[in-house]
Amino acid sequence: MAFREYKIGTRMFGIALGGSMMITLYMPSLTIYSVGVTETGLVKGLSYGHNSGFSYEDPFLRGKGKPLTVTVKKDPVTGADIDPVDAYVYTAGTPFPSAIRNPDILGREVQALSADEGRVGEAEEDQGAVFLVSRGDYEGETFPYIENVTATRDWTAELVLAAAADSDKQHVGSGKTMFVREGCWWCHTLLPEQTQDWQYFGLPPRLGDFNGEAPTAFGSDRKAPDLLHVGSRNSSKEWLMMHFFNPRLVQPHSIMPRFDYLWGEVDANGNDIDYDQWRADYNAYAAGTSIYPPEVPDYAPNSEIRYLMDYVLSLK
Amino acid sequence: MFKYLFAKNEDIPAGSAAVFFGFSSIIWFIIGTGLGSFNAAKLAFPDFVTGSYMFAFGHMRQVHVMAVIFGWISMAFAMAFMYITPALGNTKLWSEKLGIWTCFNWNGGLAVALCLMWAGVTSGREYTDFPWPIDLIILFAVLLPLGINVWMTIVHRKTQGIYTTNWFFGAAIFMLMIVVLVGNLPEYFSLTGLTEAYLTWWHAHNILGLWITPVAAAIAYYTVPKITGNPLYSHRIGHLHFWSVVVFYSTPAAHHLMSSPLPEWLKSFASVEGVLILVPAIAFVSNLLLTMTGKWHYFVDNIEIRFTITGVMLAIPLNMQGGFQQTRAINWYVHGTGWIVAHAHLALLGFSTFLEAAAVYYGLQTILRRKIYSLALANFHFWFLLIGFATYWISITIAGLIQGAAKIYEVPYIDVVIAEHPYMIARWVGGTMVFTGNVVWLYNMWMTARAGTPVPVGRLPHEIAYER
Repeated sequence: MAFREYKIGTRMFGIALGGSMMITLYMPSLTIYSVGVTETGLVKGLSYGHNSGFSYEDPFLRGKGKPLTVTVKKDPVTGADIDPVDAYVYTAGTPFPSAIRNPDILGREVQALSADEGRVGEAEEDQGAVFLVSRGDYEGETFPYIENVTATRDWTAELVLAAAADSDKQHVGSGKTMFVREGCWWCHTLLPEQTQDWQYFGLPPRLGDFNGEAPTAFGSDRKAPDLLHVGSRNSSKEWLMMHFFNPRLVQPHSIMPRFDYLWGEVDANGNDIDYDQWRADYNAYAAGTSIYPPEVPDYAPNSEIRYLMDYVLSLK
Repeated sequence: MFKYLFAKNEDIPAGSAAVFFGFSSIIWFIIGTGLGSFNAAKLAFPDFVTGSYMFAFGHMRQVHVMAVIFGWISMAFAMAFMYITPALGNTKLWSEKLGIWTCFNWNGGLAVALCLMWAGVTSGREYTDFPWPIDLIILFAVLLPLGINVWMTIVHRKTQGIYTTNWFFGAAIFMLMIVVLVGNLPEYFSLTGLTEAYLTWWHAHNILGLWITPVAAAIAYYTVPKITGNPLYSHRIGHLHFWSVVVFYSTPAAHHLMSSPLPEWLKSFASVEGVLILVPAIAFVSNLLLTMTGKWHYFVDNIEIRFTITGVMLAIPLNMQGGFQQTRAINWYVHGTGWIVAHAHLALLGFSTFLEAAAVYYGLQTILRRKIYSLALANFHFWFLLIGFATYWISITIAGLIQGAAKIYEVPYIDVVIAEHPYMIARWVGGTMVFTGNVVWLYNMWMTARAGTPVPVGRLPHEIAYER
């Protein structure tokens, strides 16, 4: 290697590659770093939890270690009626989201409000905590911020969960994990495109809508409708249930796979689901020998399909 | 292979690592294209093998992608490193034993990683789907020993200069290691939001731009002069190719996220840099085609040159697409459609696969000192690969254009699904042809090793291709 040209060459190589990384990594990081989070971003970050992909808490992506989104209708401490509000409940030991662990990502204003008004610094993972998205004023402008209601209003995770009915609990965080694990994002994007997707799929995401979300799972290879705002287009649980169990029940031309296996072994009443029988009945229906398709079983409250449906319906 | 893992380095026959890598790559190619064909069947016929966790499309799609990229393509690269690097340095591989260990770690690691991913263990980030502990294992148990072997072979060469191919080999492994290390930062440190999305595509873009494209091109810089006997047309143009890859190809990552709210300056910069990838592309293609001057009959009667030059010529549409489809005006139409999927297959199944197949054909014959078992089967493989690929590429490009039109005219999505159905069937037919060709290839190479005519000392396999 003692060849003068190669000394020059290796240095030039370092300069070229270093320069390219300076422009494509360092400089964008400065711009992206200064982005303030939007309310959508806060809601997503708090409801999805720490990481929806592989993590220590959930290496096999079963939806473990994720927060619950609970619609609170009564003050869990006093029992008085309040305007319904979504609370993000982290039971003791549930890993906190990046927005709490690493509040730098929120942007200066939201970070200051969350620390001063929301008292997020007092939340402890091993104790658990409940968070709300509230609004406050910072230097004359209104911003959303994270309120640690365990500190500000004594709403502990146990109290909030005890006061809520099962139908008010949404497993949005576990559902995002299902979305990642089942590869929904290989066909359904989460990124409506600028100027062309507005009519069907809604507004493209805004800057700050993703702070705290990982993985973002935008998707790159669209073979199916965009889902970023699907909960606003279609919020029928019955339709979605049929669609997940066998998409051809509601859309004969759909090429979506069946996700009936997410129902698990038993239905809502604890009875075994007889998949073979169901498929035989469906085949008879598809062949035209029977008039009605078989009924889709109600899912059990802790089934994976419950998680996934709760996530899909949360995409407003 | 196992008996060499603990043998003394001197006792391992020269070229063993290359042979093991060569056969591994063919087997992974069969696995990868088999999965691809299976997935394509699911897109064409959604009720084909349905309702099971293990065989769900969403679990198998990325296994196909990672099996072909890190099984077939990268192992064929490793095979090329193991025999081309020493050949161009007029020396032996620095350590055959290290090469064998690399091959062993790679096959084992990839099998474990793909099984986990198949079972649903994923980071949820395209092209870096493996969870980060596996990425680090790949980095330190596979790429680092591979790099050390190549770099040390180059250092211990017995020639004064370093030939073009070896610059690319040495630099590409280094760049790949940087890309894997940096591209997984979001996973080590739980980076989120746009940072995570951007780094995902920074990684994805640079895997293609700084690893697959330059190494595949570097292989052609070896095979074409070696087999035709013509010297490379121009080393200066080779310089231009190398430096423009480093400078231009490493920068346009943001063009994968044109419709996301990334900084506008970054998108514009990426778009301009993306057009500049035409510089290395034109340098490469013109250099190789001019090297063929006077020897074009090899394109007809030599199987390795036919593979190589087909790959070089596929680089022309590849880079015309790649250079322009990421400009805002065209990206607006084709982004996220089948066009891009077709483009990815043009790069990996067209351009680079044909160049690597030539390297594997040529390397196995040279190292084993055996003439190819059956030229007829090799021709069968070539045509099945080419026709299968072309069927796939053309049908999915058309499907992508339909999808793009439907996107900008806001046609209900189900109408797109219906319109795409015939092309989905064509995609499955094309993919199955590629898979079939590869099974035949494995048989042919296996029989070459077992029963090919020995090549006499002092001759090269391609010289006696038509001698009985």
